[in-house]
Amino acid sequence: MSRPSVSRRQFLGASGAALVTGLAGCSAGEGGTSTDTASSAETLKIGVLEDQSGNFALVGDPKAKASMLAIEEINANGGIDGKQIETFQRDPQSDNQRYQELTRTAINEENVDALWAGYSSATREAIRPIIDRNEQLYFYTTQYEGGVCDEFTFAVGPTARQQLGIVLPYLVEEFGPDIYTIAADYNFGQLSADWVKVLANENDANVLGEEFIPLSESSFGSTINRIQEADPDFVMSMLVGANHTSFYEQKASAGLDIPIGTSTAMAQGYEHRRLDAPAMANIYAGVNYMEEVPTESNTGDGGFVDRYFEMYPDAPYLNEEAETNYFSTYMYKKAVEQAGTTEQPEVIDALESGIELGTEEAPEAPEGETIRLDGATHHVDHHMWIMRADEEHNVEAVENRQIPETFLSETAGCNLPENPEQTQYTPVDYYEEAE
Amino acid sequence: MVNGINLALQFLDSFAFIVLAAAGLAIIFGIMGVINLAHGEFILIGAYTATLAVTQLGLPLVVAMVAGGLVTGLFGILTERVIISGAWPNWVSQRTLGRDIIEPLYDRLADSMVATFGLSLILTQGTRIAYGNSIDGLSTPFGPIEYGAFSYSTYRIVLAGVSIGLLVATYYLFTRTDFGMRARATIQDKETAQAMGVNTERMYMLTFGIGSALAGLTGALFAPVVTMRPTLGDQFLVESFVAVVVGGPSVVLGTALSGGVLGAILAVFSNLYGTFIGRIALLVAALVALRFLPDGITGFIEQLRKRRQESE
Repeated sequence: MSRPSVSRRQFLGASGAALVTGLAGCSAGEGGTSTDTASSAETLKIGVLEDQSGNFALVGDPKAKASMLAIEEINANGGIDGKQIETFQRDPQSDNQRYQELTRTAINEENVDALWAGYSSATREAIRPIIDRNEQLYFYTTQYEGGVCDEFTFAVGPTARQQLGIVLPYLVEEFGPDIYTIAADYNFGQLSADWVKVLANENDANVLGEEFIPLSESSFGSTINRIQEADPDFVMSMLVGANHTSFYEQKASAGLDIPIGTSTAMAQGYEHRRLDAPAMANIYAGVNYMEEVPTESNTGDGGFVDRYFEMYPDAPYLNEEAETNYFSTYMYKKAVEQAGTTEQPEVIDALESGIELGTEEAPEAPEGETIRLDGATHHVDHHMWIMRADEEHNVEAVENRQIPETFLSETAGCNLPENPEQTQYTPVDYYEEAE
Repeated sequence: MVNGINLALQFLDSFAFIVLAAAGLAIIFGIMGVINLAHGEFILIGAYTATLAVTQLGLPLVVAMVAGGLVTGLFGILTERVIISGAWPNWVSQRTLGRDIIEPLYDRLADSMVATFGLSLILTQGTRIAYGNSIDGLSTPFGPIEYGAFSYSTYRIVLAGVSIGLLVATYYLFTRTDFGMRARATIQDKETAQAMGVNTERMYMLTFGIGSALAGLTGALFAPVVTMRPTLGDQFLVESFVAVVVGGPSVVLGTALSGGVLGAILAVFSNLYGTFIGRIALLVAALVALRFLPDGITGFIEQLRKRRQESE
């Protein structure tokens, strides 16, 4: 487990005045704005709005970095169809209002050809009306609760049905049928908890109880007691954000020794690196990507991990969403080359024709195998992994397979090329047990 | 079904959290009339100092925690000299301009809020620039205690003990020592205290330092149980302000009483109905308290005592 050098930080940390000294770097903190390319008609512009400060900085910063890595690689290899990529990159600071302002700027003033923006579902829903009104090609790259069927949005992260769909059946088989759900109290957590109920029903398991926890909460004593009282076989945790990370530390110190399945921990905020062992022991993450995913194009020599840390030697971790930003930039490249233009309606048509990436013929999808963009739903048939952390926080893959996104295609009947719409479907509309 | 031991431990946990979060704030507000909105960031300094002292310098945890308190105390004194009293900028300006450029912020509630809010933003972002979005955390010492189907973190119980110890020490400092007498004299009547030979400037500086050191110690104590990030002070701010407002003017007694009352409410409701309802109950309790006891619990006690004296 290699850690980045901290010599600069050690130096700064040498005195209490370090905090003040750090301010000198304040003006340099604003993200770089454009890559160094000749400004001509032979360029195209990509907007990247990812959180580099604020509540989601820890998980958003790698997204911005991975986008820049993909763009630099593509530019170094001759660009897209001979066009160099310019970027419009800003830090929305985890602030949804700032997201809305910057999205308008990106579309109306910068005329971006494609936009990558936003970590949380709340952010996505805050800017989606602006995206739709302006008919802007938009990539949302976070793993999320699922259900967005929108003609201009490509939700290329895995959904709850994919993430929970791989980890929950495995845990039922390994440990038993009784589940206790804890989730963050906003749309992502609520809908994910509904998915736990749906999947529990499909796998003959039952949910003993559930608790929704405000994002600002960081004390979990009573939650831990309530879990112990319910005595489940395993816990499903969809806790989100820095405050909720305290749960894992606290359950370890309280001696709550129970397997935990999750769609949020480890892969995004690398808790297994940040927290002292054994806080994350016996945590099973259902994810499409982690830095530790053992594919050749990921951890092999000169693979994704090597290239990322060569460009960002001080970066702490390469997280799940960073990979999604990375491969979706390549998907966009493929689509533009197939369409032969950057005109957005034509590029969307090309994307809807079913773009594929994979380790065999194309190394741009480090999560493994061939992954395919489903044109009907704008979602990706991901290669999913169950990653388990042990007592020493070593992470190993215990299971992996490809899982298509079936909720939109099979259950909700989302077919965007035939029926353009801008809806978010929720499991409550289709499953009794989710109510 | 509610388990009595769970409830008791949960109460101790909430009590310790509220008392520790509020102690430093209560001293600075109660004695100086300064609302320190950078309180959360003082806690942050303590937490980061303690954590880095362990992970980078390899100090034992207890030593690192004391260091966290000391560093924050020194930073508090620096803040007081430069921003709150403006003594150092004025010392310079007296020599260059021949006049003071800064008015002290004592008893200027709104002004002190704006100044310390600015300081809190600078500290949060400064931490982010210097150390990134997160640093490696410490593990919680001592492990769990077990009872029946349940278990609980021993360290949380130790925290409750420490919070009571701190209250006792603070009470002793402000009521039984020479320093405490001068500090209280400064609060009650600054001019008279000055006339009696109390160096009130120095009292303010030291009081702010002590309040800051308590905040830093709180951060250091909670460092093993919270996530290390530049905004970690946020999670203490609500509880600390609610506790100070509900507690009222008497620093030590008020903090202890509001820690007891609010801790009990938080423990009962979050154990019975979940964390979210617990949080709502806490804020509703603060609302009710403010509506009916505008001077807080100790203000109400003071009123009762006055009324009884008058009727005698």
